[in-house]
Amino acid sequence: MGFFPESASSFGGEIDRLFWAIFWITGFFFLLVQAGLLFFVLKYRSRAGRKASYVHGHTGLEVIWTVVPALILLVLTIASQKVWSEIRSPRRMPKDALHVEVLAEQFAWNIRYPGPDQRMETPDDITTINELHLPVNRPALVSLKSKDVIHSFFVADFRVKQDAVPGLTTQVWFTPTKLGQYEIRCAELCGLGHYRMRGQVTVQPRRDFEAWLVETKANE
Amino acid sequence: MSRNKIFSTDHKTIGIQFLVSSLIFMGLGGLLAMLMRWQLGWPGSALPWMERMAPQGMPGGIMLPEYYNMLFTMHGSIMIFFGVIPLLVGAFGNYLIPLKIGAPDMAFPRLNMLSFWLLPVSAATVLTGFLAEGGAAAAGWTAYPPLSGTQATMGAGQTFWAAGVIVLGFSSILGAINYIATIVNHRAPGMTFHRMPISIWALFTTAILTLLATPVLAAAMILLLLDRAVGTSFFLPAGMIVDGSALAHAGGQPLLWQHLFWFYSHPAVYIMILPAMGFVSDILPTFARKPLFGYKAIAYAAVAIGAVGFLVWAHHMFQSGMNPALGTSFMIATMVVAVPTGVKVFSWLGTLWRGDIRLATPMLHALGFISMFVIGGLTGIFLGSTPVNMYLHDTYFVVGHLHYVLFGGSLFGAFAGITFWYPKMFGRQMNDRLGRIHFWLTFVFFNSVMFPMFALGMSGMPRRIYDYTQYPALAHLTDINRLMSIAAFCLAASQILFAFNFLWSLAKGKPAGQNPWQATTLEWTTSSPPPHGNFAQTPVVHRGPYEYSVPGAARDWTPQTEEPPRGQG
Ligand code: HEM
Ligand SMILES: [Cu+2]
Ligand SMILES: [Cu+2]
Repeated sequence: MGFFPESASSFGGEIDRLFWAIFWITGFFFLLVQAGLLFFVLKYRSRAGRKASYVHGHTGLEVIWTVVPALILLVLTIASQKVWSEIRSPRRMPKDALHVEVLAEQFAWNIRYPGPDQRMETPDDITTINELHLPVNRPALVSLKSKDVIHSFFVADFRVKQDAVPGLTTQVWFTPTKLGQYEIRCAELCGLGHYRMRGQVTVQPRRDFEAWLVETKANE
Repeated sequence: MSRNKIFSTDHKTIGIQFLVSSLIFMGLGGLLAMLMRWQLGWPGSALPWMERMAPQGMPGGIMLPEYYNMLFTMHGSIMIFFGVIPLLVGAFGNYLIPLKIGAPDMAFPRLNMLSFWLLPVSAATVLTGFLAEGGAAAAGWTAYPPLSGTQATMGAGQTFWAAGVIVLGFSSILGAINYIATIVNHRAPGMTFHRMPISIWALFTTAILTLLATPVLAAAMILLLLDRAVGTSFFLPAGMIVDGSALAHAGGQPLLWQHLFWFYSHPAVYIMILPAMGFVSDILPTFARKPLFGYKAIAYAAVAIGAVGFLVWAHHMFQSGMNPALGTSFMIATMVVAVPTGVKVFSWLGTLWRGDIRLATPMLHALGFISMFVIGGLTGIFLGSTPVNMYLHDTYFVVGHLHYVLFGGSLFGAFAGITFWYPKMFGRQMNDRLGRIHFWLTFVFFNSVMFPMFALGMSGMPRRIYDYTQYPALAHLTDINRLMSIAAFCLAASQILFAFNFLWSLAKGKPAGQNPWQATTLEWTTSSPPPHGNFAQTPVVHRGPYEYSVPGAARDWTPQTEEPPRGQG
C-alpha cells in the first residue's frame, strides 16, 4: 500500500509504524465485525420452521468485549504517548537545532534564518519567500507565526504538521534525513488562495546549505 | 391544507414536518456536493449552464476558488445543522417519543411547534448568504476565526451564517427541554426506565447533550458576531495585517473559539449518531425475532458515550498550538469513548446470533449502518492517536472518517428509521423491492466515493482544497478523484429512487395496518397513522421492549402491553 510518501524525517518512520500497528489491529476488528455480520445473516436467515433463541445476553461475553478492547486501546495509547512526547515535549526539543522562523500570511510562507549572530530580527537575518532550505541530518526547529489568519505548516514527507496562529508563536521540530525537495502545503483553510499556498523545502548537504545561505544573503 | 395542519401542535405532524424539511435540505446539501465533486474530478473545466445559477461564483461555468470554499462550507453546514440533526433528533424525537412511551403528546406542544418553525427561519438566514455581497460563508462549517471573525477576511455571508446557527440553537434547546420533560413525566403506567426502547434512551441522552452543549455554541456565535459587527476582540489578537492594512483588534485568542466550538460540536457528533444507534437497536430485534442482546449494556453505553463525549473536544486541536500535554489527556478520553462504542457493536452482533433473520429494507439499512459505522469508528482511532493525527489531521482521511460516521452511520440509520416507521407515519408500506434496490445502490456507490478518501488522506492531500493539482506531488491523484466523482453522481442519482418510493407509496403503497412488522413496542398498538392523542386508552406496560420468540408464547412477539399469564410476575 504505497500511498504514503516515503518518510524523510527522523520520526516519520515511528509515526508510520504506529499507523500500521493501528491499521492491523483495527483491521482485525473490522474483519471480525464484517465477517460476523455476513456469517450470521447467512446462517440465521429466516427459514420455515426456524425459531430464534430467547437469549437476553451473556455476562461473560459482555465482560470480554469490554475488557479486551479496553486493554488494546490502553496499549495503543501508551505507544502513541511515547512517540508524542518524543516529538512534542518541550523538554525533549534538541538543543543544537537550526532555528528557522516561518511567518505565514495569505498565501505565502515568509522564511527567516537568524544569520551569523544567531538572533532573529537583526540586520544579518536571511529571508526568503516559500523557499525553505535545511541541512540534512541536523534537527530543525521551526517557529511559526501568522500575520493574518490561521495557517498550517504541513510537510507530508516529514509527517509534520503544526498550525500557525496569529498572536501566538508555535514551534515544531524535526530532523530531515533524506536529500531532496518536498512540498510545504497549507493544511488549515485560510481563504480563497488556501489551495495554492505552496512552499518548498530543499534538504541539502550541510556545505551546500551554508553556501546557499551566503548566496541568498548576497542577492537580497 | 388548513391552518391547523401547518401550524400544528400535534407531535406527529411536527415530526413529519421535520422529516420532510430535513430531507429537502439534505437534497440541497447533496447537490452542492455534486458541484464540489465536479471540480475535484475535472479541476477547472466549465459547466456552462452553471453560469446562470451562479454568475459570480462560476463565471463562464468555471468555478472560482472562493465559490468552492462556499460550497463545502454550506454543504457541511446544511448537512449537519439542517439535515442530520433535524432529521434524527427533530423528526424521530418528535414522532417517536410520545408514541413509544405511551403519552398522548409532548409535554409542551406549543414550544414544540416553535422549535420546528425556527428551523426554516434559521435555514433561510444561512442561505441568504448566497445573495449577500461576496457570497455565502466560506470559512468551513467550523468557521475558525480570524478567517471568519472580521469583515476584512470574510464577507456578510458569514454574519448570516452565525445568526442562522444561533436561531437553530434555540430550536434545538426548545426541543431538548421538551424531550426531557416528556420522557421524565409522561411515561405510561408500567413504562419504567428499564422498559424503555433503546431509541428512547438514545433520544433522552441526546436531549441532555443538546441542552448542555448548545448554549456554549450560541455563546460562541454571539461573540463571533460581536467581533465581526461591533469591533470587539474575543477571538482576534493584536497585530493582524490583512491585505496590507493593519486591523484595529487586540487581546483576543483564536484558540478560544476552537475550544468553545468543539465543546459543542464534538457532543454534536454524538447527537448525530446516538439516535441512529437507537433506531438500529430497535430494528435488529424486530427483524431477527430475538431480544436485544445486552439491553442494559447498550442503554448504559449510550449514557457513557454521552458523558465521556464531553471530555474529548480538543482531539480536534492536537496540532493547533494547544499545550501538547493537554493533547495527551484528550487522547486518553478519546480512546475511552471507543470502549462503549465497541460494546454496542458486539451486542448488535450478539442480537443476530441464532436469530430468525428477515432482510426487509429497514433491516438492510440497519445492517449497513453497523457495517459502515464500524469503519467510521475504527478510523477515529487513527485520528485519536496524537502522533498519527499529526500526519492525518486536515487531510482527506478526516473527510473519509466523517462521512463514514455521518453518512455511513447517521444517514443509513435514518434510512433504516424512515423505512421502518413510514407505515406508522403514513398508514402505507413503502415498496420493499424498490427499497432494497435503493439500499444496494447507495451502499455500493457510497463506498466507492468515500473509501478512496482514506487513500487520498494517506497520500497527504489536504481537505478543503479547490485544486489539488496545484501541488505537483498530488497531481497523480486525478484518476482516483475522477472515479470518485463518477461514483458520487451515481450515488446522488440513486437517491431519486428513494424520493420516488417515498412519494409514490404515500398514495399507492400497500395499506400497512396497525403492526406490519409484528413488533412489540407501544407505537404498534395503535392505528397507522395514530389518531390525535395517539392511544384510545392509555396503554399499560407489563414487560420490556424486545420480547421476541418467548418460549411457550403463541406468536414470536409479545407486545409490551400484553398482560402476564395469571399467577406469574
Ligand atoms: C452525496 C454524498 C456526499 C458527497 C459526494 C460529499 C462530498 C463531500 C466532499 C468532497 C467534501 C470535502 C470538501 C473539501 O474538503 O474540499 C465534503 C465535506 C463535508 N461533508 Fe460531505 N458529501 C456527501 C454527503 C454528506 C453527508 C450526508 C453529510 C452529513 C450528514 C456530509 C457532511 C460533510 C461535512 C460536515 C463536511 C466538511 C465540510 C467542511 O470541511 O467544512 N456530507 N463532502
Ligand atoms: Cu494558509
Ligand atoms: Cu470530535
